[in-house]
Amino acid sequence: MNIDVQTLIPMFVALPLGMSLLIQLVARRRHVLGELLAIIAMLLLTLMSCYAIGHKGIYHLGGWPTPIGIDMRLDDLAILLLLVINVVGLAVALYSVDYMRRFTASSHFYGLFLLMVTGMNGVVLAGDLFNLYVFLEVAAIASYSLVAFGCAHEELEASFKYIVLGSLSSALILIGVALVYGITGTLNMAHIASRIAQTGMDAPLLLAFGLFIAGFSFKSALVPFHAWLPDAHPSAPAPVSAMLSGVLIKAIGIYVLARLAFNVFGVTESELSLLRWLGLLSMVVGGFLAAGQKDIKRLFAYSSISQVGFMVLGLGLGSPLGIVGALYHLVNHSMFKSLLFLNAGAVEYATGTRDLNKLGGLNQKLPITGATSLIGSMSIAGVPPFSGFWSKLIIVLACIEGGFYGFGVAAVLVSIVTLAYQLKVQRMAFFASLPEALKGLRREPPMMALAMILLAAGCIALSFAVLTGLRDPWLIGAAQQVLTMGVFK
Amino acid sequence: MSLTVRTVARWLKGPILLFGIYMVLYGHITPGGGFGGGVVIALAFILITIVSGESASLHLFSKGVSSRLDSVGLLIFLALGWLGTWWASGYFFNNFIATPETAQFTLLSGGIMPMENIALGLKVASALFLVFTVLTAFQIVEQEAGEPADTEDQHQGDKP
Amino acid sequence: MIYSLCLLLILVGLYGVVVSRHTLKIVVSLLIMNHGVHLLLLLVGYRQGGSPPIVDPGSVISEFASGAVDPLPQAMVLTAIVIGLGVLALMVALCVRLYERYGTFDVTEIRRLRG
Repeated sequence: MNIDVQTLIPMFVALPLGMSLLIQLVARRRHVLGELLAIIAMLLLTLMSCYAIGHKGIYHLGGWPTPIGIDMRLDDLAILLLLVINVVGLAVALYSVDYMRRFTASSHFYGLFLLMVTGMNGVVLAGDLFNLYVFLEVAAIASYSLVAFGCAHEELEASFKYIVLGSLSSALILIGVALVYGITGTLNMAHIASRIAQTGMDAPLLLAFGLFIAGFSFKSALVPFHAWLPDAHPSAPAPVSAMLSGVLIKAIGIYVLARLAFNVFGVTESELSLLRWLGLLSMVVGGFLAAGQKDIKRLFAYSSISQVGFMVLGLGLGSPLGIVGALYHLVNHSMFKSLLFLNAGAVEYATGTRDLNKLGGLNQKLPITGATSLIGSMSIAGVPPFSGFWSKLIIVLACIEGGFYGFGVAAVLVSIVTLAYQLKVQRMAFFASLPEALKGLRREPPMMALAMILLAAGCIALSFAVLTGLRDPWLIGAAQQVLTMGVFK
Repeated sequence: MSLTVRTVARWLKGPILLFGIYMVLYGHITPGGGFGGGVVIALAFILITIVSGESASLHLFSKGVSSRLDSVGLLIFLALGWLGTWWASGYFFNNFIATPETAQFTLLSGGIMPMENIALGLKVASALFLVFTVLTAFQIVEQEAGEPADTEDQHQGDKP
Repeated sequence: MIYSLCLLLILVGLYGVVVSRHTLKIVVSLLIMNHGVHLLLLLVGYRQGGSPPIVDPGSVISEFASGAVDPLPQAMVLTAIVIGLGVLALMVALCVRLYERYGTFDVTEIRRLRG
């Protein structure tokens, strides 16, 4: 079956949007119908993402040609991120069938969830700056509502903090868009790239780039701008935390930073060194703050900040090996961080608490959660045959290849700290002896187990991906070539 | 509300609604379109809410109806885009109704744009009215101290 | 000169967000900041002595294009205003629910999450 790229590209945005509206229309009382529609939508999106591998194209909205109209572009970097978003989204949708049974308004949950997927797909496919901003806001507003979904005390407080900081960063991004439009006269990213290549970066464009870095660093939680993440990600319901930490901060944060820095604004040494230092700061601060946490989800949230620092460090190295490492780490981290958050959600569903001091010995009562959590923890800590080891190794090798020995040593040290706190979680939650209060637990429900097994299988599959040759032009290698070529085809 | 306010509001709500519909329908020729026209249509109903109380406007447009109209409006918008894929030269949001040269600047021109404006106007009007009603209904619950709420859903996890 | 007035509005909004203790005052300050940003975006498209960008039945396209104000920032600002409206509705609803749970509007007292 051959689907034309012109039809395929808008379907990534139109399908989840239409399904979201349909769920809110018909599934108000019949919750099972809502769950079914959500899972069908995510399955179709995953199949479409798999079909899109190797296809490239541009879709002109309404047929208007490029300088006048709005484009959506499908290139290799977009394909990689679409795969990540939709596969993790499918697993989370399966998980939330059982987890959201406790809430009575689950049709609203699926509607908001699919709206968030719409926004993320739109950001990844956008071909001009203002469309990027609009889809960014769609995803962000859906995530603000999802964080506050349970309406408990902490969820509302975390969502308020998140929404104030998010609105500030969106205002900064809009000022940047205004400046770029005023100077170059166009919003289309390819045209902006060619204008900047001709005229060079003068002071107003540097200001616009600085505003973009500030705004998108808020969205991806790099260290001076990370204050919302340790409150928002733990307080949200578990499937929402998995989506936020696993996909959202990467699709609307790291992806846009990479796109703007490499493809639109043209990469210079000062920009790269700024990215390197932001990455180093995030790695170190996130890692050390994670080690002292008692709440399991808050620990994972700080760990996300640390791993995002790895990715930005890899991007900031600028060499092809560094970018391959950063993109491979992005894909790995989506898989295992979502898996870890889903595990934490299963633990909370079964025991009712997230405090590490009160948990213990869960391997006996929740075997699937324990096994998949072991796989996830070993991956993120960088233990040899698992996927996290390979991606961190590539980043460290790229540091040394570029001559940044200090950054390489720091990366290795932070990996050791990561291993330390992951082992702490494993020991205190899963391997210790079972306390008296937790003797009567049930096993985790089947759909949650299925979702966790799916993500764990993905982690293991990614560990073998390094054998296929990451620099070849397939998936990660092709995505890396989009960034290093600097050309927006 | 005093007698003057109520009488003037009763006279004005018709013209405001009519002006909003005019803005939506002529959106492809004059400034306005779906967004602006939808806001003005919602304003007519909000005027009724402010002047005569909430039950008067909920009698015209209950919360369930506005919520459904909200979703239906955007679904019509997407369906019009889908039709572009199937009927003529296959891409999404294709404007498949051509405008003859003589019919420019009249009401029945611009292809599918007027229909999309109507769908957008429907969505924006019902969404704004719903937001205003839900926020003010919640305020009324707050003033009746200690009484269990019956004017809005208080499900755990319901988004306001 | 007028761009610096927009910047002043943005800074006033930013000051309000940082200093306010009442949640609704934070919301209103964010609104002021959004107004400043939208004004800035709109003024980028201005042309001295330009005409409104509406095509009349009798006008010539080439002199219209060289004499009219740029309509693209106006479309962008319309979209940005509607997005701002959505975020405002969500923020106000959050403030109301926060008052219901914590019993106060004071941000310094809504601090259960720390560490």
